[in-house]
Amino acid sequence: MNFTKNIGLFIPCYVDQFYPKVAIATLELLEKLGCQVTYPMGQTCCGQPMANAGYERDTVATTKHFIRIFKDFDYVVAPSGSCVLHVKEHAPVIEGLEKEQSEIHDKIFELTEFMTDILKIENIKGNFPHRVGYHASCHGQRGLRLSASSELHQTPFNKAKQLMVNLEGLEWVELERKDECCGFGGTFAVSEEALSIQMGKDRLADHQAQNVEILTGGDMSCIMHLQGIAKRNGNPIQFKHIAEILNEAIS
Amino acid sequence: MSHPIQAAEFLQDQAKSKWHDETLWFVRDKRDKISKSVPEWENLRDLASQIKDNVLANLGVYLEEFEKNAKANNIHVHWAKDAEEHNEIVLGILKEKRCNAIVKSKSILTEECHLNPYLEKNGIEVVDTDLGERIVQFLNQAPSHIVLPAIHLKKRDISEIFHEKLHTEKGNEDPDYLTQAARIHLREKFLSAKVAITGVNFGVAETGEFVVCTNEGNADMGVHLADVHIACMGIEKIIPKRAHLGVFLRLLARSATGQSVTNYNSHFRSPSPGKEIHIVLVDNGRTAQLARPKFKNSLKCIRCGACMNTCPIYRRSGGFSYESTVPGPIGSILSPGIDLQKHSSLPFASTLCGSCTDVCPVKINIHEQLYEWRQEITKALPDRTKSLAMKIANGVFAVPFAYNLSGNMMRGALKILPDSITYSGLNTWGKQRDLPELPKESFKDWYKKNRK
Repeated sequence: MNFTKNIGLFIPCYVDQFYPKVAIATLELLEKLGCQVTYPMGQTCCGQPMANAGYERDTVATTKHFIRIFKDFDYVVAPSGSCVLHVKEHAPVIEGLEKEQSEIHDKIFELTEFMTDILKIENIKGNFPHRVGYHASCHGQRGLRLSASSELHQTPFNKAKQLMVNLEGLEWVELERKDECCGFGGTFAVSEEALSIQMGKDRLADHQAQNVEILTGGDMSCIMHLQGIAKRNGNPIQFKHIAEILNEAIS
Repeated sequence: MSHPIQAAEFLQDQAKSKWHDETLWFVRDKRDKISKSVPEWENLRDLASQIKDNVLANLGVYLEEFEKNAKANNIHVHWAKDAEEHNEIVLGILKEKRCNAIVKSKSILTEECHLNPYLEKNGIEVVDTDLGERIVQFLNQAPSHIVLPAIHLKKRDISEIFHEKLHTEKGNEDPDYLTQAARIHLREKFLSAKVAITGVNFGVAETGEFVVCTNEGNADMGVHLADVHIACMGIEKIIPKRAHLGVFLRLLARSATGQSVTNYNSHFRSPSPGKEIHIVLVDNGRTAQLARPKFKNSLKCIRCGACMNTCPIYRRSGGFSYESTVPGPIGSILSPGIDLQKHSSLPFASTLCGSCTDVCPVKINIHEQLYEWRQEITKALPDRTKSLAMKIANGVFAVPFAYNLSGNMMRGALKILPDSITYSGLNTWGKQRDLPELPKESFKDWYKKNRK
């Protein structure tokens, strides 16, 4: 497949620093799918941590910078539902760049929704012989509506599942609580440390009860939190971003 | 004390907090199942939300219509601008009737106004007749949940309380036995009370009637045995037409407990011969909230408690951790409007997961309002948020690689944080979590070498 549009790769700051392998997998995956992808070197953070802590007003410069960096791409794609949601819904309105900003809101996509909705991929052919548990990040799920919410009366769907479920050998696990929050929550992880940890432990227990081998998801922030708790407690469960699974499965 | 401290305390008793989480999850799960048995569920939510939009946009008009029709039905209508006035009005009626013992069915509004202690101080015996409320009243506690007031207590606790207060057999935890004991105890109170107080679920402007929903029938029992019925109603509980009950009653019980409808939905329109009905319409901060564009639709709330049952924070921290009459997500957007300083930690007691918004039967954008309150609180209370900023600094900036984040976000953060905090060795993140392993190079460095 050849997709002739120019794609700007938006890599969340903490992924750039802590999880370069996730960014590489995202880039390679999109390239394998025939996309022309550029990573603009000047990009920084989207401002979400500050905004969610109550300092949205201090993210004007960050937001302005983000718009300038990405405004000329046809699409902006990121391996994070949370950061994409922030850009779309919580970044402050920038005077003088209203048009560019609103265009970005329409052309920025989280990786899996870009694959299902823009590239129109029904399912991916490949091989991934593992038992996989999927953690739906809240911002991806209830913010961007990447999968159905258990609270709503709607036809079930899940864009990540759609991409993974037909991989040869992959065992998709249904969880007891399929869309419960993991307790990361940005600054919540430190300001409400006790709750954050308990929520993370409870999520891990659900995956463990289903004998999950690899826990995956679309947001490394949730996974960083869950993995941190798992490692501290000697829990052998493995963690991968969905981009890593899809990229490995195709090769 | 702030929410994180209370929550950490609640979590100390691991077995109990797990039980609390699972019990409320069970209620939410029941709600999920029954809501999905109604094909038009999402349409009902839309409709309910729109009816409430209309109410909030024309609140004064509907309240005056309600007053006019209620008076025509021989109901005495009183207006209270705040909790103090509300309590004085209620006491005034009781004094006039020479009544020194009342029964009261569940009313979160009277909790909000702290009516019980006020009446008790004035020599009046108050008996809450909702079973859960009676239990917490024995303990001198407030309800920890607006629909399930004693959800923080287990059977064993209740058995002990009843043994002490009602002289039931020590160690007998049989729910039927305990309920029967409460029934006998309450029956006596019902028979002797000359005045009964209830809350109000819906006031119907068109007819001047009001509707009280209970599962135990205790509101009806109290009201029909008493000579005087005092109904206390928040002004936002008004709905334009009786037909609208067809929307709200279908949503209320399903959202609250997963029942198709509350057992008793009693309409009160005019007093029986020789009896009196009084209704007290209470503002107590509601018009102030109505004047806040970002927060006004919190007033759509019908007090079903679904946001509490679904909230992963509430389930694991308990109702008392919020230190506000209405706990949980909805309480966290209502309470800051009443006392910003006192409740400033509540909008931060959330991961902004959005489950509350999706579960809400009147479609209040609860998690978005939590976000907006955060923006207000950091402006209004720099001292409060400085301590939060310190925690963020400890948690996030103490992570080694974080110094390398040279973006504007960091510069923005550094503006508000003194260096001693930014470079502090304390590390909240790492207390119970490992840090990610540090890779050899960032993606940026890899990209420079491998592409272009």
